[in-house]
Amino acid sequence: MSGEEFVPLSLTPLLIGICAAVACALPGNFLLLRRQALIGDAISHVVLPGIVVAFLLTGVISTWPMMLGAAGAAAVAVILIEAIRRLGRIEPGAAMGVVFTTMFAAGVLLLEQTDTSSVHLDVEHALYGNLESLIWLDATGWASLLDPKALAGLPPELPRIAVTLLAVALFIGLFWRPLKISTFDEGFARTIGIRTGALGLALVLVAAISAVAAFDAVGSIIVIAMFICPPAAARMMTNRLEAQIGWSVLFAVLSAVIGYVLAGYGPLWLGWADAVSAAGMIATVSGVILVLAAAFGPCRGRAGAPGTG
Amino acid sequence: MVELAAKQGVRPTDPSVQASPLAIRGLTVSYNQKPAVFSVDMTVQLGSMTAIIGPNGAGKSTLLKAALGIVRPVSGQVTVFGRPLEKQRARIAYVPQRASVDWDFPTRVIDVVLMGLSRELGLLGRVRMRHIAKAMDCLNRVGMHDFADRQIGQLSGGQQQRVFLARALAQDADLYLLDEPFAGVDAATEKAIIAVLKSLKQAGKTVVAVHHDLATVTDYFDHVFLINTRKLAAGPVDEAFTAETLQATYGGRLATAQIDQIAGALG
Repeated sequence: MSGEEFVPLSLTPLLIGICAAVACALPGNFLLLRRQALIGDAISHVVLPGIVVAFLLTGVISTWPMMLGAAGAAAVAVILIEAIRRLGRIEPGAAMGVVFTTMFAAGVLLLEQTDTSSVHLDVEHALYGNLESLIWLDATGWASLLDPKALAGLPPELPRIAVTLLAVALFIGLFWRPLKISTFDEGFARTIGIRTGALGLALVLVAAISAVAAFDAVGSIIVIAMFICPPAAARMMTNRLEAQIGWSVLFAVLSAVIGYVLAGYGPLWLGWADAVSAAGMIATVSGVILVLAAAFGPCRGRAGAPGTG
Repeated sequence: MVELAAKQGVRPTDPSVQASPLAIRGLTVSYNQKPAVFSVDMTVQLGSMTAIIGPNGAGKSTLLKAALGIVRPVSGQVTVFGRPLEKQRARIAYVPQRASVDWDFPTRVIDVVLMGLSRELGLLGRVRMRHIAKAMDCLNRVGMHDFADRQIGQLSGGQQQRVFLARALAQDADLYLLDEPFAGVDAATEKAIIAVLKSLKQAGKTVVAVHHDLATVTDYFDHVFLINTRKLAAGPVDEAFTAETLQATYGGRLATAQIDQIAGALG
């Protein structure tokens, strides 16, 4: 494909997809090892009512009210989960499941009762996002990457998710050692002065920021898949956390690229008329990678399993 | 220092508190309103090897965790070498119960030992040859140097326990707190661990361990601390580890014959 066609139509959705996938996969590694992987799932569901309420209050689809609404909903969800866990005396996983499905359902109802026909806000959008529509109309070819005028017309989702990715990577890079130690052995971490409570909360907050920013650009399907699939597949490729992070980033990028290309061209290759949802295909590819890693990865064996002694 | 101790509510005139590697006063910890440890005082002697003994659920681990600030007490003060715990973190090494962590975690033996050098390395300090050399030396002391590159999940229980001990050695502490270091380990590991602990004592360090095997108390330790939610007895083994104190600690749970046997062994 020529640059004239690729740059305006495919470059930005592809980059946004890659950034969103990696921004979710990075904290996903730690959430997975802490048995908190469901948090990504929970956050991406509860942001829907938050975004709808923000829209109802402001009447416009604009980024900051939606982001604040999503963050507010995430905070309400965390409080609700904690309250149900304590009052109901049930395990955190169950409390999480109850809260996020209920809040998502409430969001769907709220959306149906609201006149959002004039704006692009519906359940489908929330689930699949609108990756394909994040095109860069001001671009005419590769040269546009150096043209300030054309760059001003970049879809705002791209710088937003890129900055989010940078922030997530910085957080993990800066707190790598305490994150690793407290994930492995929380008691020991406290005795050497690591504030494990604050660090755990910061990790969940960072995951929430990734989820909200990615949700804004690509919908919740990718968010849910990327928090779990690339880290889980990466775990089966290596027995070192450092390498696991690298593999998870590679798998996230592969999912985004292969998924985007397959969604856009796969159906045409098969002789069908229409392309399929890029978000759905990206999530599917990440699932296929997980299955392949589970079947062929070199570190599938676990402690106590035969062949590991 | 006297002022600090006074603020902590510890009588500054008490010389035993000033000198003690670990002094606990009026410690109460409760889970869901049920006290696990109730109003416990403990003064560990400098250079001693102290066993914390008591039946299951008696609050042994909780006492250790509260002393380390891992669980928050309802009340009570902890001083380490005469100063508040937070200021003395660098002088304490902790070996948690082996079962308290997920050994499937993607990391190697050497990486776990390097965790003991965290204070030295800081947030972003690079691991250098001298750090690796030190970690290897600690692994050598527990007989695990051949396993440095192994994934931790591939070790036996005893080997995992020795790796945890190597991590504590890397911390270069003055006070070592161990939670059931001999639980579920093989005989070779038990021998290796007790040899390391005795070498620590010889180097003037202080060792406190939660211990469950009454038969080895007199061989391994010179002080005991008997607890069953409350403190029942404490002191040198030959004074505090008697048939009476064991009966008081374990009650009906310890067969009289067993107590007689231990009392007999004590001579």
